[in-house]
Amino acid sequence: MRGLQILIDGFAISSLYGIGALGFTLLFGVCGVLNLAHGGIILVAGLFGWWFASEYGIGPYGGAAIGILAGLIASYITYFLVVRPIQRSRAIPKSEEEIFVLTGTLLWGVMIQDGMDYLFSNNPVTMQPLLPGVINLFGVRTPRNELLIAGICWAVIGLLYLLVNHTRIGKQLLAAAINPRGLTLLGFQLSRIYLVVWTIYGLLAGLAGVLLASFFGVSSDNAGNLTASAFTIVILGGLGSVSGSLIAAYVVGYAETLTAYLLAPTLRPIPALLILILVLYIRPRGFLGRR
Amino acid sequence: MTLLRRPGPWIGLLLVLLAATAPGWLGAYYLGVLSTAYYFGVFAMSWDLLFGFAGEVNFGPTFMIGTGAYAAGLMNNAGFGIPLCIAGGAAAAVVGGLILALPALRLRGPYFGLVTLVAVLLLLDCIVIFAGVTGGEIGMMVPSILSVSAVTNYWYAFGFLAISAVILFGLSRSSLGLILQATGQDRIGAAALGFNVTKHKLAAFCISALFSGVAGAMITFYEGIASVDTVVSLALTVQIVIAVVFGGRRTIVGAIIGGIFLILFNELLRPLGQLNSLVVSGIALVVIIFFPDGALGWMFHSRDES
Repeated sequence: MRGLQILIDGFAISSLYGIGALGFTLLFGVCGVLNLAHGGIILVAGLFGWWFASEYGIGPYGGAAIGILAGLIASYITYFLVVRPIQRSRAIPKSEEEIFVLTGTLLWGVMIQDGMDYLFSNNPVTMQPLLPGVINLFGVRTPRNELLIAGICWAVIGLLYLLVNHTRIGKQLLAAAINPRGLTLLGFQLSRIYLVVWTIYGLLAGLAGVLLASFFGVSSDNAGNLTASAFTIVILGGLGSVSGSLIAAYVVGYAETLTAYLLAPTLRPIPALLILILVLYIRPRGFLGRR
Repeated sequence: MTLLRRPGPWIGLLLVLLAATAPGWLGAYYLGVLSTAYYFGVFAMSWDLLFGFAGEVNFGPTFMIGTGAYAAGLMNNAGFGIPLCIAGGAAAAVVGGLILALPALRLRGPYFGLVTLVAVLLLLDCIVIFAGVTGGEIGMMVPSILSVSAVTNYWYAFGFLAISAVILFGLSRSSLGLILQATGQDRIGAAALGFNVTKHKLAAFCISALFSGVAGAMITFYEGIASVDTVVSLALTVQIVIAVVFGGRRTIVGAIIGGIFLILFNELLRPLGQLNSLVVSGIALVVIIFFPDGALGWMFHSRDES
């Protein structure tokens, strides 16, 4: 019985982690940007979603829509005010651009966290479930919300797969990830493709934030940990590899759930960190990383 | 001789003179603020050695600082005297630095950055899990303190900063600093020139850890408590990053200026309350985008052009 419960809970948590890490890995794969403000953007979506849902009485779905919109706006601000100025600055040598993007987004993430702390305090808040009620699944009482969240996650993953592999814009994204120079020579505008990626990223991060708020709840204190989890999953799976990230999301999700159920909830974050260190020592490029 | 015609060294001398006479004309409260700022300056300098010179994206300076601080605190609670505790803290921090250096030999850029971040998170988790010994999130009280007098404490901090600055600045201008820069920019090139990259990198980590650890231990005995907020938290890492970027990377001296400026600035913005850190991070972000070489770099650049 307990085994089944771990299986179901772990599945839902892992799907959520997958969605949380997907945008992050896409952004790195196509644009080469490691966005350390990731946790902050998730936070913005979750908190605004919760706030609109509870204060303005537009219900969980209206709140979720607002939250995703907030995530998208936060993503655009990150791109236009932080990342692009750094990439275009002539004072920053190309060889140090990566370090500057890391530092810049780190600071931006701190600013978001402080801003959210100021607006909403750091009390954890939970959005009302998208789907109330509990059902009995093979003898395990499971919230219907949990199943819905896992379903939404997999639907979105499927959509993204279709978009990347079967549409014209998706093929451009792939090409930009593999050889940006070649794509430019073919007459495609790289900046337009980057904008598309940041849009997808914003939607994914926004969705992750809203689902997180409805599943676990969010607090402005979480920003750093959210970034760290996404970073961990993405590195475990291999930077830039979408399927690798999904596998890693399940490894981390189940490792955490197992620890929480079998050892103690306080030890929850530790196994993922240990797995990460181990993998980095043995296979630094992660499960499915290229290069 | 051209050096004497530049304003830089004279401004520096003036600042050192002001700092050395501060106990004569400053109140106890501001001496306390400055003491904290000096320890913080050492954190920033140690980090600059790794980030600016060796080019390591080290998000874990607080791993070394925290290891030093908590090791010293634990020894003090076990009944050892302050000097021995500081030495013990320094030794623990160097071991911590070596643990961090091992992945640095294999991993580059973001991969290494993540490992250091994870190291800090693990240390935080350990402190919380072993709360019985470490005091958890509240912090660990230590029985001894450096001194009750603000003036004496100021001299300890100032002396420590001065000694660290001279040693670290000297090292950064020595062949070690040059080789580290070369390694940071082109690892294979540096190795091809016959430099032992591994050895120099390990040395940089040990030196950085040594100063971080001693500073962590001293700030513990200055404040009488080792707490997550003052020596381990990620917020401290961010502040160190801001200080170094603000003052100017790869200068060591810039790190001190940035560090002291940041602490004074925090003090100035205290009325803003919660928004304080938001404003400081925002200013640092603007500095990164528009003046990526920081205050010192900007001063020198503008002079070179004129």
